[in-house]
Amino acid sequence: MDNFPVVGQRIPKRDAPQKVTGSAIYIQDLKIPGMLYGKILYSKYPHARILAIDTSRAEQLPGVKAVITGYNIPPFKFGFFKDNPPLKSGKVLSMRDEVAAVAATSPEIAEEALEMIQVEYEELPGIFDPIQAMQEGAPILHEGLKSNVLKLPWRLICGDVDTAKKESHCIVEDTFSTQWVTHCCLGTSGCVASFDINNNLTMYSNTQIPYLAQRDYIDALNVFGIKNRKVRVIQCIIGGGFGSKLDTYAYEYIAILLALKTRKPVKVLFTREEEFIATSPRQSTITKISHGCTKEGKLLFREMEMILDNGAYTSWGATTPSVMMMPISSLYKVPNVKYIAKCVYTNNTYSQAMRGYGNPQATFAIESSLDQLAEKMGMDSYELRLINANEPGEITPQNFKVTSCGMKECIEEVAKRIDWKGKRGKDKGRGVGMASLIHVGGGARVYKSDGCGTIIKIDDYGKVDVFTGASEIGQGSETVIAQIVAEVLGVNVEDVNVINNDTDVCPWDVGVHASRTTFVAGNSALGAAKKIKEQILEIASKSIGEAPEHLDIQKGLIFSTKDKEKNTPLGKVLRNAHYSTGGKMLMAEYFYDPANENFDKDFKGNLSVSYAYGTHGVEVEVDRDTGRVTILKYIAAHDVGRAINPMMLEGQIYGGGLMGIGYALSENMNFREGRLMNPNFLDYKMLTAKDVPPVEPVIVETNDKDGPFGAKGIGEPGLVPTAPAIANAIYDAVGIRIKDLPITPEKILKALKEKEKRGQSGEEGK
Amino acid sequence: MKKEITFILNQEEVKAEVQPEWTLLYFLREVLGLTGTKEGCGYGECGACTVIVDGKAINSCLYPILEVEGKSVTTIEGIISRDGELHDLQKSFIEHGAVQCGFCTPGMIMSAKALIDEKEKPTVDEIRHTIAGNLCRCTGYVKIIDAIKSVVDRR
Repeated sequence: MDNFPVVGQRIPKRDAPQKVTGSAIYIQDLKIPGMLYGKILYSKYPHARILAIDTSRAEQLPGVKAVITGYNIPPFKFGFFKDNPPLKSGKVLSMRDEVAAVAATSPEIAEEALEMIQVEYEELPGIFDPIQAMQEGAPILHEGLKSNVLKLPWRLICGDVDTAKKESHCIVEDTFSTQWVTHCCLGTSGCVASFDINNNLTMYSNTQIPYLAQRDYIDALNVFGIKNRKVRVIQCIIGGGFGSKLDTYAYEYIAILLALKTRKPVKVLFTREEEFIATSPRQSTITKISHGCTKEGKLLFREMEMILDNGAYTSWGATTPSVMMMPISSLYKVPNVKYIAKCVYTNNTYSQAMRGYGNPQATFAIESSLDQLAEKMGMDSYELRLINANEPGEITPQNFKVTSCGMKECIEEVAKRIDWKGKRGKDKGRGVGMASLIHVGGGARVYKSDGCGTIIKIDDYGKVDVFTGASEIGQGSETVIAQIVAEVLGVNVEDVNVINNDTDVCPWDVGVHASRTTFVAGNSALGAAKKIKEQILEIASKSIGEAPEHLDIQKGLIFSTKDKEKNTPLGKVLRNAHYSTGGKMLMAEYFYDPANENFDKDFKGNLSVSYAYGTHGVEVEVDRDTGRVTILKYIAAHDVGRAINPMMLEGQIYGGGLMGIGYALSENMNFREGRLMNPNFLDYKMLTAKDVPPVEPVIVETNDKDGPFGAKGIGEPGLVPTAPAIANAIYDAVGIRIKDLPITPEKILKALKEKEKRGQSGEEGK
Repeated sequence: MKKEITFILNQEEVKAEVQPEWTLLYFLREVLGLTGTKEGCGYGECGACTVIVDGKAINSCLYPILEVEGKSVTTIEGIISRDGELHDLQKSFIEHGAVQCGFCTPGMIMSAKALIDEKEKPTVDEIRHTIAGNLCRCTGYVKIIDAIKSVVDRR
């Protein structure tokens, strides 16, 4: 592939200087004159009827400016099903249900006021297990519904699984389950709602979806009686996203309601405990899976049935089966596929998007089951994977059109670097395992649009301002966009300034999700940069005396490609354009919406313009006495199309990988009857610097024809195959298969004991 | 009841009236407006609020303000040179891609600074141990460890 001066270089993150000096302003740091502090009172029970709320004492506390409850706000509901009011009346359905809120002159006074609010409840029987929630006679959470199963049509049928079963030489079947886990953004959630005198709202927010949030807030304001007013969303520097900010939440509407009532800016900022309890995590799943293959090991079918704990209300978590369909139908070549998923209401928290969007849960079942199939076949699971690996040009059963695909290279790189042949099945107590992934790499048409806008203007001195719709949550989009623009315009990357945090200023975008930003916002920036370059060369052609097609720009100098002596600085051309009679302003806009497809009614269609692939390989050691798993080596190979910034790309792989290892081995939201028992860092056990294994990222470049400079997405893939790779390695090490995440020492010890009792090796492929 | 305290903050003397129940973090952020020091949890588990008191890295969210009497406190705002040059650790974090969302970064840098101020050549294990109390969700720590190690290696 071509080498470029800016694209492909390890350019430091553009906003890093302000972050290392402490000058970056997060929502935590934002203060507006006259600002009040909002605090929220949550339910005392996971399922109860509210009999009475008495706020009179709280209202009298000096410093309290407003107290609101579900009984004195307009009737408004938000969320994917519009089933969630910002403050509850009648019934509470989970421990995180918001019952009342206070605005006061300090957070301490607001907190004190919460303690003075008297709520009388009648506790109702709760339901915390989705399987029990589906049984007849189970308490129904939402009044007016007949069942706790959400009315969502998650059913994918490709080919004929029943016939394929009959034709299969070998079939395995098993059940896998995964746990609730949460994002653990280091910066907690928060917002400031502020109305001007004309009732226009400015929302300072952490959102990953500024333009969709804008619409949500406008919908809310309409119900609150503020019609036809402007909403502006401004993002502070965001202290981590990972999907947690892909929806709007009760606390944002509460801030708006309190600001309306007090006519003051109101800030709501979560404590760490609230962050654990009242943000929406990745849900738990139970998956029954079956695979079948021919005598030669070619996959014939994959059948999966899944139950997802939706929790009490409906956010994007309920739609993750649509993305799970991607690995289910298209991870490896498998012609016949059947998948049915049910999301079930329970009195737990409620689920939302988290990095991977369902893919980690589905891939854990798929890749664990494939190892079982290989063992039953008497095959090396590496060979089984290679035989069935995806390839360029393939059209998958779900109608995905595979363009670039480096899956085989990823599998081979992992096998080579982990010494698969040398280590697999050899050393008792030590073992190797692998697992692969597919993810959307060229945007994902989950909404009607998958678009992103860019505006570029250049000042009199050749400095470039890029206004992008793409949000920055730490991943480095502002740097990648600057690199792409600098590359096209032939200017130094330091001279490109990216503005990305204000709906009044920046063009529209659908949000930072689906690993789409490098691909979609990158292509958008590329389009805008090409447009403005044309304009520049057109103007320069007059002053240089050369046709535009013979002009180019390097390091801010416009020159004739025929005669480099004929040149002029970019800034000078722009000054001339501005100052001449009948002058011209240099500005270009470009809206890029990839040519991907919404699913049809059968959930088929080319969801993404290109797909990202990867394989992780891991070597583990299992201590038979303690059950402790030590990762000795971790290889993460990813087909990324092209690395626009290898340093930041590695950061995504390291960060995703460690989050995935936590998912595999330690992280678990421990709910007991709807109560989260570990809402703090000590007990939640996200991994620390001491837990980092030797990780080796391998970047496979396949130069995608549609990607900006060939790039595909990488935000989510890093954690998708981690858990099954580790589970497979543990099986190789000690012959036990843990089918329920996280793989804790307790589970390993228990399984080892059971295995000893059976007195035989392995139980794979029953 | 307010009490008066005197201490050194980023090499300058500070005299202030404080409430005894305040933490050092509260005083820094809410009274002085030094918001570079972050609060990630408020109970000493995430390290985002790390500052250096008399050479030791501490969680300022747990540190009673009265305890700083007569001591020397350094925050992230205080490690840049007077002419605006970044500290070696800050430069190294930028160059090594050790920063993503950045919320843990000031605390991470302060923990690392206390270590390398105390020890000329800490090992990688000592670096890991030192920042084990500083949680980061974005980076997987690898580039943070590399960034600190690189400063040590250049000594």
